[in-house]
Amino acid sequence: MRLTARVLGVGLVGPGLAGWRESRALLVGQTPYAPAPTAIPSPEALPATERRRAGKSVKLALAAGLAACADANRQPRELAAVFASSTGDGDNQHAICEALALADREISPTRFHNSVHNAPAGYWGIATGAMAPSDSLCAFDASFAAGLVEAMGRLAADPAREVVIAAYDAPYPEPLRAARPIADAFGVALVLGPADHGEGAIVAATFTREEPTRMPEAPLEAVRRGIPAARALPLLQLLAAPRSGRVVLEYLDDLALAIEVHV
Amino acid sequence: MKPIRLVSYTMTSCLGRGLEPARAALRAGTTGLAPCRFETVALETFAGEIVGLDEQAIPAALARFDCRNNRAAELGLVQDGFADEVARVAAQVGPGRVGTFMGTSTAGILQTELAYRRRGPQGELPADFHYRTTHNTFSIAEYVRERLGLAGPCAAISTACSSSAKAFATAARLIEAGVIEAAVVGGVDTFCLTTLYGFNSLQLLSNEPCRPWDAARQGISIGEGAAFILLQRSEGGDGTMHLLGAGESCDAHHMSAPHPEGLGARLAMQAALDAAGLEAAAIDYVNLHGTGTPSNDASEDQAVVGLFGEHVPASSTKGMTGHTLGAAGAIEALITVLALEEGRIPGSPGTRILDPKLRAGYAIRGREAPLARALSNSFGFGGSNCSLVFGRA
Repeated sequence: MRLTARVLGVGLVGPGLAGWRESRALLVGQTPYAPAPTAIPSPEALPATERRRAGKSVKLALAAGLAACADANRQPRELAAVFASSTGDGDNQHAICEALALADREISPTRFHNSVHNAPAGYWGIATGAMAPSDSLCAFDASFAAGLVEAMGRLAADPAREVVIAAYDAPYPEPLRAARPIADAFGVALVLGPADHGEGAIVAATFTREEPTRMPEAPLEAVRRGIPAARALPLLQLLAAPRSGRVVLEYLDDLALAIEVHV
Repeated sequence: MKPIRLVSYTMTSCLGRGLEPARAALRAGTTGLAPCRFETVALETFAGEIVGLDEQAIPAALARFDCRNNRAAELGLVQDGFADEVARVAAQVGPGRVGTFMGTSTAGILQTELAYRRRGPQGELPADFHYRTTHNTFSIAEYVRERLGLAGPCAAISTACSSSAKAFATAARLIEAGVIEAAVVGGVDTFCLTTLYGFNSLQLLSNEPCRPWDAARQGISIGEGAAFILLQRSEGGDGTMHLLGAGESCDAHHMSAPHPEGLGARLAMQAALDAAGLEAAAIDYVNLHGTGTPSNDASEDQAVVGLFGEHVPASSTKGMTGHTLGAAGAIEALITVLALEEGRIPGSPGTRILDPKLRAGYAIRGREAPLARALSNSFGFGGSNCSLVFGRA
């Protein structure tokens, strides 16, 4: 099997990575990478009420997704969307579990509707007006690669509909943090179109049993290892240059995803 | 899309283990709902519990996955010879060519809820808490993949109450693209306090067995479900049951309320018909999402009547099983398949007097009818919609 797509735009929010344009030189080693806590932008596209209700992970997914659409010069409402996250909204899960451990077990309706894994997809629709199909999936540490497979599968089935894939993860508060440490927040999004026409790097995916590609510099490798969504970094490094090449992305325990990039 | 064969399937719910009790309930029009006695829950509501999960064991090698949700998966997988059929097909096409796509809304979050009651002096979680294999949304997909010895692509699809309907769509795309030859899809959701108290906070829990499409409907009854389907690439022509089309959309309206005119629902149904290459008139029965809340049923009614008119037979079967949330897409896909096999339009236990404002051709009582093709609806929070079309091919 071989799934192909053309990368039309990229969005990136991560520790010391304040945007795709700002991060390209860092990713290819032209300027030094300086670790810094992730600053998650507020999603201005959301109505104020919804913005107040949205958690960190929703903001992260929207920031990355909307930035990728802007980079691709595409209207978000025209695109199918795939959201992939290992964690979902950890702050919200923690607040609910704390409330449910108390005698009265009262949780707010907003907390409850924010608890669904597809909350970012819901807010995305409200922010952009997109009624096109969207997916929300989880594959633990494999979530970025699983989202990419899903997005490329979508494109294979319906080449006329471009797809935005957004992968995002944010740290849990304690005590869940100890059980599932996530180093910092990271959101990455790609707008994908069919490979057979247009401009932008072509990516082709195949399954492999090879070891995943590491980032050559230790601080960025720490980001890749420390946040599931950041398993995308080796691919971003090729796209940032941009240069042709081949990387192996971490996927399931016994299966990796090889990506050939042609620019 | 090309039709995709349902090679094997099984469902376990409050109706019982495997397909046979579901068939029997379909014929008799009975319900599995009973007053909620789950754990320490003190809510005046009815629920559809899978009996025996407290005693259900997980294979020793997979002990780290032990939680109510994976127990339901284990119980469900061995019914109707399903696991054996998967082994046969995996041996035939290669386990790396079989995908695993499981829908769930809450996976094993119950385990975390219970662990939060046992936090240590520094607030820490107990040492026996296994995050990855219980709490994490992926745990159900990983459990099923490991348990069945599959080695292909895998993901948990989690779009609230459309999750396991969308698992069919994901698998169908990857089969069509040649990435895989076959896939185990399905949904497993079991009781947890988050959903019981969450729906209660939204005032959407009915204090009697749910009554979809009824003038006096007041909310949902939550149920547990574990449904599995083995899908395989097909040339058709043998008259076996196939997935004919899948359609998806988003409401882009509200996080927990449906689009008032059912616009998203209608888009999903139309997309499913388009994928199947069928006109609306080709559908003989619609298995409604039909949760039994005033606004959900009103919204879906507009969408269904707008597309199919007032005379296509339709019913919600949530009065039988309860709303199995992330499992509902797969559970109701299989009830739809059973309806086609039996030539029987399912009735709607719980529904007494139809809401005069709703116009769909709602079947309160089951009846025999020749059915060739049927559509099943699943809609979720966040405005996530999915419709599936089944029939022989």
